Amino acid sequence: MKLITAVVKPHRLDEIKEALQAFGVHGLTVTEASGYGRQRGHTEVYRGAEYTVDLVPKIRIEVLVDDDDAEQLIEVVVKAARTGKIGDGKVWSVPVDTAVRVRTGERGPDAL
Amino acid sequence: MPPGITIAADAPELSAANTGFMLICSALVMLMTPGLAFFYGGMVRVKSTLNMLMMSFISLGIVTILWVLYGFSVAFGTDHGSLFGWEGDYVGLSGLGINQLWDGYTIPVYVFAVFQLMFAVITPALISGALADRVKFTAWALFVALWATIVYFPVAHWVWGTGGWAFELGVIDFAGGTAVHINAGAAALGVILVIGKRVGFKKDPMRPHSLPLVMLGAALLWFGWFGFNAGSWLGNDDGVGALMFVNTQVATAAAMLAWLIYEKLRHGACTTLGAASGAVAGLVAITPAGGSCSPLGAIAIGAIAGVLCAMAVGLKFRFGYDDSLDVVGVHLVGGIAGSILVGFFATGGGQSKAQGLFYGGGLDQLWKQLAGVGAVLAYSLIASAVLALLIDKTIGMRVSEDDEVAGIDQVEHAETAYDFSGAGGGRAPRTTVPAPGEDGAQTTAQVQRNKKVDA
Repeated sequence: MKLITAVVKPHRLDEIKEALQAFGVHGLTVTEASGYGRQRGHTEVYRGAEYTVDLVPKIRIEVLVDDDDAEQLIEVVVKAARTGKIGDGKVWSVPVDTAVRVRTGERGPDAL
Repeated sequence: MPPGITIAADAPELSAANTGFMLICSALVMLMTPGLAFFYGGMVRVKSTLNMLMMSFISLGIVTILWVLYGFSVAFGTDHGSLFGWEGDYVGLSGLGINQLWDGYTIPVYVFAVFQLMFAVITPALISGALADRVKFTAWALFVALWATIVYFPVAHWVWGTGGWAFELGVIDFAGGTAVHINAGAAALGVILVIGKRVGFKKDPMRPHSLPLVMLGAALLWFGWFGFNAGSWLGNDDGVGALMFVNTQVATAAAMLAWLIYEKLRHGACTTLGAASGAVAGLVAITPAGGSCSPLGAIAIGAIAGVLCAMAVGLKFRFGYDDSLDVVGVHLVGGIAGSILVGFFATGGGQSKAQGLFYGGGLDQLWKQLAGVGAVLAYSLIASAVLALLIDKTIGMRVSEDDEVAGIDQVEHAETAYDFSGAGGGRAPRTTVPAPGEDGAQTTAQVQRNKKVDA
């Protein structure tokens, strides 16, 4: 199994959700996040005093998938998240040892 | 306040129209203090919002009581040496008949006293903006009481009281440029020089937490200021109040636009905080001047004050004094600008016959204005610094550094402004008490409270 994590622009959430549903993903976790990549943040001015706001709002989407689907799913997420402008975010995957469905106790791919 | 304009032969009678107008103006001025609370409250960080609101609000409590007990007497009683007043009938407002008129006017003394009370309330509240995040609430309450007694009441007498030296000299302060704004601005500077900077000043970000609150506060101030200014003629018989109303509006508009233009050129954006600050700067500047200048003069005064104040708010970073919310930059600088510009823009056709430099009056009015500005500035600065020092040496002015960092709202008020609690944030209060016999008997009040909770 793999855990796919995507940190992307908040306004792409609906597109990504729809693309994942079309792909056949049953569940996901969404968290509000903040951070920056190469684009850094922005500057705000209050009575002439300039504040640099480094961290910009992002969302973090996490999906557990079978190994065979991982590469394809990453492509699906990247395609749905892309706007072509700076700050589009990152997607990565990590291996997962175990997953358990709490209600039934099923393990491994059955738990997805 | 204007000098008596009636002659003995036509003694004034109570005017229902003027009395009603002045009661409404008094209520408008009262609204400025909670307006100021929101103006300041939005500008601080989340963790100090309530403290900022309370520092203004407490003035409504403390100064009101002092005013009735002796403040009105010190400010507007019979003159003693041109420095302060005293009048036994004014103490506790007890020796006054409900129909007794304010000398030379068509409104009762009660109405004049309550209108002036609202000025006395808001002036110390103005100072609090410089002290955000770091002053013990009890120390602040004590400061308000002492400052009102030692600084505001006498200065109001100098400027507006019959026999007060500035009044007799001919210093024009229509509605409070010196007595209110320079007074509060200089006091703010005096106190912050004693108590020092916030922890993290110039290092930590201290962005305003709610600009909508700031805008709400500025709007309430603007609205209430019509009472503050247009009411200061104490009646509506000759159009001076109307001139003041017009000038208040146009100067405020001009100052807001001037601040925004300065900001756009200097920093690249027209900000919300700039619009709110510019409006307040215009209101401050027109306060002393609006009864004596023309509407075109008011536009000039507003625009000059808008730019000057926008420039002045950056001084704290350059000189390193921590005037948290720019009381010095907006009220002191704006008040000085307006008071001095009277010496240039007074037309001679408003509240006073005095003419400014631009209207053929020469330097006469200008030097009087400078004398008024300088005296109030110096007295308030020194007296306020001494008061702050005394309080600091006795009960202590500041909260501990840990408490300041953690947030003054929790430490001083046992509350927080907003509920951001997520998982595990806060527990419900205990709503049931043990049954009688288990852990002692319940009182009747406890039983009733429990019934309400159960219902």
